[in-house]
Amino acid sequence: MPGPGSRPASEGPIPHLVLANVAKRFPQAASPAVDGVSLELARGEFFALLGPSGCGKTTLLRMLAGFEMPDAGSIRIDGQDMGAVPPYARPVNMMFQSYALFPHMSVADNVGFGLRQAKRPKDEIAARVAAMLDLVKLGALARRKPGQLSGGEKQRVALARALINEPKLLLLDEPLTALDRKLREETRFELVRIQRRVGITFLMVTHDQEEAMSMASRIAVMEKGRIAQIGAPAEVYERPANRFVAGFLGAINLFEARVVAATNDLLTLDSVEIGARLTVTHDRVLPLGTEVALALRPEKLSLARMPDSRWNNSLAGTVRGVAYRGEASDVEIELTCGKIVRATMANIGGARDTLDIGQPIFAGWSGEAGVVLEQ
Amino acid sequence: MTNRLSPFLGTMIIVGFAFLYGPIASVIVYSFNASRLVTVWAGFSTRWYVELLSNDQIRNAALTSFEIALISATGALILGTLAGFVLSRYRRFAGRTIFGGLITGPLVMPEVITGLSLLLLFVALGQAIGWPKERGVLTIAIAHITLGMAYVSVVVEARLSSFDRSLEEAALDLGAKPAKVFAVITLPLIAPALVAGWLLAFTLSLDDLVIASFTSGPSATTLPMVIFSSVRMGVSPQINALATLLLVAVAAAVLIAGRILARTRNSPTT
Repeated sequence: MPGPGSRPASEGPIPHLVLANVAKRFPQAASPAVDGVSLELARGEFFALLGPSGCGKTTLLRMLAGFEMPDAGSIRIDGQDMGAVPPYARPVNMMFQSYALFPHMSVADNVGFGLRQAKRPKDEIAARVAAMLDLVKLGALARRKPGQLSGGEKQRVALARALINEPKLLLLDEPLTALDRKLREETRFELVRIQRRVGITFLMVTHDQEEAMSMASRIAVMEKGRIAQIGAPAEVYERPANRFVAGFLGAINLFEARVVAATNDLLTLDSVEIGARLTVTHDRVLPLGTEVALALRPEKLSLARMPDSRWNNSLAGTVRGVAYRGEASDVEIELTCGKIVRATMANIGGARDTLDIGQPIFAGWSGEAGVVLEQ
Repeated sequence: MTNRLSPFLGTMIIVGFAFLYGPIASVIVYSFNASRLVTVWAGFSTRWYVELLSNDQIRNAALTSFEIALISATGALILGTLAGFVLSRYRRFAGRTIFGGLITGPLVMPEVITGLSLLLLFVALGQAIGWPKERGVLTIAIAHITLGMAYVSVVVEARLSSFDRSLEEAALDLGAKPAKVFAVITLPLIAPALVAGWLLAFTLSLDDLVIASFTSGPSATTLPMVIFSSVRMGVSPQINALATLLLVAVAAAVLIAGRILARTRNSPTT
């Protein structure tokens, strides 16, 4: 497992999976679906391609499986170029969003399909199918047809079927989207556990940032056919590279501002938008006058009736709305300048510290809480 | 909305069904009539069925009809499946609209026109290249194929358009080559539509009179042709018996085809 945010630790001289400037444009499409994507994955990694629909993530996945041919660029697995290799000869298997279970075959026959194509002996197939069904806890349902399974069971059959050929790379297309919410949360842990156990490289495509962050060791956020940022979940969430990434990985408050003072690790920003000076730590000295945005996650904002001495920044406003969520509450605050900001308050005090709508309030944060977005 | 029918609607349904099926019911009832006179009831008897089975002309015509129906249903299945595949899998090619229209054209073309044009074609071909020398089973079968394949292609295209392509991709992904994918995934899953299409084409061929009359020669007389010509001499109770048997065969085929199609539609794959 690579450390957070680090480049994948390559095992040996040949990288495991390399995409170099892969591009694809569909006929009659206005813009390319995939526009020059380069990516490197280490063996055994759980990687997520995250992006809104239409960002090219599924096209990229289909090119890895061999269902689409890239217009330009190359895909290499363990040094072998995949350009002319048809889908049935690639060391890659895929778990489909719809699961694509063969309805006329039993669970065991579905799982054993790949081994039968590889012409393995009958008793070997039977043994490996049984072992794989045990891994996904479906041993008792081997004789059932897919039509008799629940959504979660179908998902596990699809996973078992894709894993049984021991591919070098497993592609997962929105693996949890078809499940209901509770099952989805349980299955996240299950998928990660199985991935650790089999040690196969997993490449997952999803539009759900929570799904990507909770399962993957690294995430690539895609926008309009390009990769906007690659990094460990915490890195992408806490240090987004641009406004798109910041906004896609959860709620965020953005303050447009200009740099008015800069030291080694501290910037002072002047925001005309909210009529206030803000200080923020930043690892780069920016020229004075640079237009930037200060991004602040809702949970980094503290709320209090009086400004706190630990805050480096504080803004006055009134409570505009409160959405109680159980473990936390989302609070909308209207600043004196009219701008709306969002804060999330962990529900520590129970029912005692409730906020009233219209009540005056101060929102504050420390210098480390915000992120300066240069683009 | 209540589930109860209003008296008016109920009456209309009874009148409608009586109008549609009353004549057929009377054919069935009178086929068991003991009297030689078709319209006079003289007690129950199965003598016309017995006479029918010993009637060589009708037996030969029945055999010819079944032979033609078998050939044309099979031919229509092959050509219609190919056409249905092209129409559902290749969404964009030059002349697709015209191709689709021509395939389904025979569904709406007046049978007289189809029959006449095929007759002229066969005559012209016979003069130009010496084939067909004479019209008979083969020419009727060819004519029925043009009609049957239109039905088959519609059924197959409908099935394929609701077919989840990711099933084929999954098989391909798991190591099956394209021909293997077709044999073990596509074919078993569209088989019900193929069976239904075949049965439809078989039934169409079995009860066609107009096209068969145009394209047949002295050597081939189909069952509907025998019925039609003998009715002109006056209705014999034997014909009632024959019509009843034909009705049972056609109803069975349509029922089976409908069942098969309905089962496919309800299956979780679609």
